[in-house]
Amino acid sequence: MSATTLAERRGALGICVYCWGAIACLLAVVWASFAYLALDVSRLFTRESAGYMLDFIARFFPPDLSAAFLRRIAQGTLETLAISAVGTLLAALAGLLLALPASGRLGPVFKAVTRFALNFLRSVPELVWAALMVLAAGLGPFAGTLALALHTSGVLGRLFAESLENAPPEPARALVESGAAPALAFVYATLPLITPQLIAYSLYRWEMNIRMATVLGFVGAGGLGQMLYYELSLLHEPQACTVIIAMLALVVVVDAVSAWVRRRQMRPAG
Amino acid sequence: MPPDATQQSLRDPDALARATWALAAVVVLWPLLLVAEFRPADLFDTRNLKVMGGFLGQFFPPNLNGEFLGLALRATVETLAMATAGIALAALLAAPLGLALSHSLSISRIGPGPGRARGEALRALTRLLLLALRGIPEIVWALLLVRAFGLGPAAGVLAIAVTYGGMLGKVYSEILESGDTRPARVLLESGSGRLMAFFYGLLPGSAQELASYTVYRWECAVRASVIMGFVGAGGLGQLMDQSMKMLNGGEVSTILIIFLLLVLLADAISGAVRRALA
Repeated sequence: MSATTLAERRGALGICVYCWGAIACLLAVVWASFAYLALDVSRLFTRESAGYMLDFIARFFPPDLSAAFLRRIAQGTLETLAISAVGTLLAALAGLLLALPASGRLGPVFKAVTRFALNFLRSVPELVWAALMVLAAGLGPFAGTLALALHTSGVLGRLFAESLENAPPEPARALVESGAAPALAFVYATLPLITPQLIAYSLYRWEMNIRMATVLGFVGAGGLGQMLYYELSLLHEPQACTVIIAMLALVVVVDAVSAWVRRRQMRPAG
Repeated sequence: MPPDATQQSLRDPDALARATWALAAVVVLWPLLLVAEFRPADLFDTRNLKVMGGFLGQFFPPNLNGEFLGLALRATVETLAMATAGIALAALLAAPLGLALSHSLSISRIGPGPGRARGEALRALTRLLLLALRGIPEIVWALLLVRAFGLGPAAGVLAIAVTYGGMLGKVYSEILESGDTRPARVLLESGSGRLMAFFYGLLPGSAQELASYTVYRWECAVRASVIMGFVGAGGLGQLMDQSMKMLNGGEVSTILIIFLLLVLLADAISGAVRRALA
């Protein structure tokens, strides 16, 4: 068998030595993680813990479907939608305002400063903003709205700034050179070019924010999340189950609607 | 030119449409603002201002006391371990579900056979299960699991395993369907079992994409495991929640800085691994 080269033998193994090394490293990291957390997964699969889990799950059924509670659910859902819509709208306005300096229209200093601010707004997660806003504005949906607005304006500001940078400058220049004020030239020549993009980005973030708004209530920022947290704290499992079903339904409906809208947009007009 | 015509030419030709849209927007928006309890004046309420002002005032300087830094470091490692262990369990959960869901390994698809209806029913059930797993946000799972397993990282790890198991399962099946499925089909047609067809027909072509997506989800799980601490599931979030409840601004700003560094680190690791895979 002297004819077989090393490469051929490696090929026969089906996978390279380097890959085996990587897999070994990966397994070591995973094992170390379980060891560090002192998690004993096998304990989860004993008969005792299975019985305990079944008991725990059984307490959630049947969900509370009484008319009075369903009305509260509807109200919570509406509140969640309102938080996400107002939050996204505020973010779109703030994002546009911040995008002007961030796209470099007011000089490099403003550009660097606003870019840093946008990055900061974006890197702090919504839930942390919500916990802070509950301190600043008190418990309730307003805190959730502000939290979504802060995080999302970081995201949208950056996207909007990129749109502004990529917008063709000729129409605005034509207006300025024929004597229009720069602000008017911006409103009538640059903004209409990028409006479809701005709307598309904002709708996309709104979709994500609806999902986020359902859980911001865990820190007291209103909506379905606050109801879930409240009912679970009182050990009202059937009510909690209804809230969870409502959250799941909301997510599924939003997914379906957004997929439908996207399919319609992709279809060529006419 | 008569003054009248100048007046005319300076008018926005689109004014009526714009005004109508603006009015419609206000009519829709007004009830939303009411429901969201939009009251900016609350921000300037003296009591809120005092709490927030005092809290923010403590942000500088951040608390760099050795004892607290040690605590934060342990929480950071715990967060990373939670994400890693969670994603490992999620991949274990997702692999069989993804295989069951994927049409590329369907024997009944090759031709009419007795197993068709059963296979489709199994796929529909799997799809529904995956939807429920990933449709409920991870933090809701964490909140529920904290009640079942008590405070601490175990609930967080399982919450990641469940949610990301649902996401990975769906994407695994899509990856297996989008690649070159002919080798697997040939194997199935010549009589091999589904698992063998997967290992020899599908895996070699799609392993890199599967691994790359899993690493990307690990990066998301790092962010998620920080957040989940807010409902008591361990890690950096739990520490931040405690510091916030005690209104200890110095500690919160330290944790925020660590959090931002951790996200950058996870980004860099995941980017490097995925580049190495490509």
